[in-house]
Amino acid sequence: MKETPLSNCERRFLLRAIEEKKRLDGRQTYDYRNIKISFGTDYGCCIVELGKTRVLGQVSCELVSPKLNRATEGILFFNLELSQMAAPAFEPGRQSDLLVKLNRLLERCLRNSKCIDTESLCVVAGEKVWQIRVDLHLLNHDGNIIDAASIAAIVALCHFRRPDVSVQGDEVTLYAPEERDPVPLSIHHMPICVSFAFFQQGTYLLVDPNEREERVMDGLLVIAMNKHREICTIQSSGGIMLLKDQVLRCSKIAGVKVAEITELIQKALDNDQKVRKEGGKFGFAESIANQRITAFKMEKAPVDTSDVEERAEEIIAEAEPPSEVVSKPVLWTPGTAQIGEGVENSWGDLEDSEPEDEDEGGSDEAIILDSIKMGTGLEVSNTGSQDAPIVLSDSEEEEMIILEPDKNPKKIRTQTISAKPEKASSKKPVKKRKKKRAAN
Amino acid sequence: MAEAAGVAAESLVGGRARAACTVLNQVVLPGEELLLPEQEDAEGPGGTGERLRLNAGARPRVRVVCGPGLRRCGDRLLVTKCGRLRHKEPGGSGGGVYWVDSQQKRYVPVKGDHVIGIVTAKSGDIFKVDVGGSEPASLSYLAFEGATKRNRPNVQVGDLVYGQFVVANKDMEPEMVCIDSCGRANGMGVIGQDGLLFKVTLGLIRKLLAPDCEIIQEVGKLYPLEIVFGMNGRIWVKAKTVQQTLILANILEACEHMTADQRKQIFSRLAES
Repeated sequence: MKETPLSNCERRFLLRAIEEKKRLDGRQTYDYRNIKISFGTDYGCCIVELGKTRVLGQVSCELVSPKLNRATEGILFFNLELSQMAAPAFEPGRQSDLLVKLNRLLERCLRNSKCIDTESLCVVAGEKVWQIRVDLHLLNHDGNIIDAASIAAIVALCHFRRPDVSVQGDEVTLYAPEERDPVPLSIHHMPICVSFAFFQQGTYLLVDPNEREERVMDGLLVIAMNKHREICTIQSSGGIMLLKDQVLRCSKIAGVKVAEITELIQKALDNDQKVRKEGGKFGFAESIANQRITAFKMEKAPVDTSDVEERAEEIIAEAEPPSEVVSKPVLWTPGTAQIGEGVENSWGDLEDSEPEDEDEGGSDEAIILDSIKMGTGLEVSNTGSQDAPIVLSDSEEEEMIILEPDKNPKKIRTQTISAKPEKASSKKPVKKRKKKRAAN
Repeated sequence: MAEAAGVAAESLVGGRARAACTVLNQVVLPGEELLLPEQEDAEGPGGTGERLRLNAGARPRVRVVCGPGLRRCGDRLLVTKCGRLRHKEPGGSGGGVYWVDSQQKRYVPVKGDHVIGIVTAKSGDIFKVDVGGSEPASLSYLAFEGATKRNRPNVQVGDLVYGQFVVANKDMEPEMVCIDSCGRANGMGVIGQDGLLFKVTLGLIRKLLAPDCEIIQEVGKLYPLEIVFGMNGRIWVKAKTVQQTLILANILEACEHMTADQRKQIFSRLAES
């Protein structure tokens, strides 16, 4: 879909308003919109809201072989996506000029400023290093994407934890989160972009332009700075002539703004850390305020409740019996519970689990036995009467966990669902060991 | 009342269609089927619904109009949008009009709707106008009051026009005019060069344009203003100063999620300052 054009009257009004030092949303010249940072349940996932602009950041890591000329340095990769969800004018799968510009600016801001210690991402020099990938998705576009994206990227990187690795001789061991706590990345400083929009050939200046202000601006100056007032990147676009004083003034404003934003990020990170430690509720679902969308109440209709019970009984008698799945909540740790045979909690308490190498011979057999047991369990429940509950998940799952501490939840599913699970389960552990040896 | 509640509950349990009159002003969901009043009489409350009717042809037919968000499905109404079911009593005989009041931002052109468009191109003897739909609408230069082949209207690219749709079909380019059937402007035409255009949801526009809407009267008491509502979710407003225009625009946007009491408070506070 094409972008909605800007009408002449909007343009004229906006410029007049800017001349009178007024902005559409009632902000002052140097004001930022409200910034809100919320974290997902996983490490390294966050949503940053800058007014109505929203960016989702997700960090992931992978062990790869390093680049030839940089044998001891990890790899950082940034990718910003502008999906159609953000604005109908964005075309999917096409590298628009704006997207290329934003991606390059992000890379310059975060990679070239060396804010992440890439040397600490090296596992075996010349053979294995961590590749850290930062994916940023624009969820809603209301101007100033670059500021929101740079905040989201640095917040996601600060929040991220990579699996711990130990090297003994030439054996590399990768630890699951249950065995050893994942380690955070080492971050030297937090560069944050601050955008300045210029109007009327640089006569007027606004901080954090929104979408409509971006459309009428003459030029844009982006300054990336950290809280030590070190400029990481500076870029001017739009082809306006700026005076030295103007740039200096902008850098002063940027310093103040960056200090504020850094403090906010630190507070958000600390808060999330605290909540996680206490075992409270966290994640995106918790950050949404309930009952906020519907401000209106429905009028209460008078209801005659004289013969409700009879009717209810009738309805119950007529209705089909409830589905056979019996859910039994299992409390793993305080704050997390599991109902039925859903996804396994990856943070379960597994202190009593044996180290993997000890049961190398026995584990495969045991799993096969286990899965056969599961299979029969399934059959029984399928053919059995309606009242027979499926309780195969509780005890047996626990057993399986003890045998194989770091298997992914998907495998449990395939084992319980598929009819012939022996193959899948007996293959996987072998594969994993191969991987480990490949690292040596 | 208990009867009706029972029917509603039963239909929810069994997945049967509910009677349209019992869910008036309630939320309906896409995929739901609704029974019309006369069918309900024929089947009785809680009837089987699938019973063969021998005298189907003998029943007097009632004309019911399906508004937005509803579709005919056999002899029932199929809900296609999420929102509150509304009904308008008929003037004469018939079943009146049923529609679903839903909340959305994307505009779909409808014949007869008054909209605000932005002129995007002049090509030959038509203007291309962006109305927020999937396709730009066309507007003939002769469709203005007093326009002739010699006397062309003064419309520039980027101007705002207020007009109504005369052609709005599926898969076809919609067509706008800025005159009524008598050839009069009747308020339509090019909108002035000042003022602010902003977008709101389509539900808010309908709410503001409702005949008994208090918001407009209250806003009118605040400042003298000019205002144009387009059914495509665009509002153009102009007051004496930039400050007043901005205040009006922000108030109208905020009205969507305010109760009447909250709104009155804000208006009284603004009137004082």
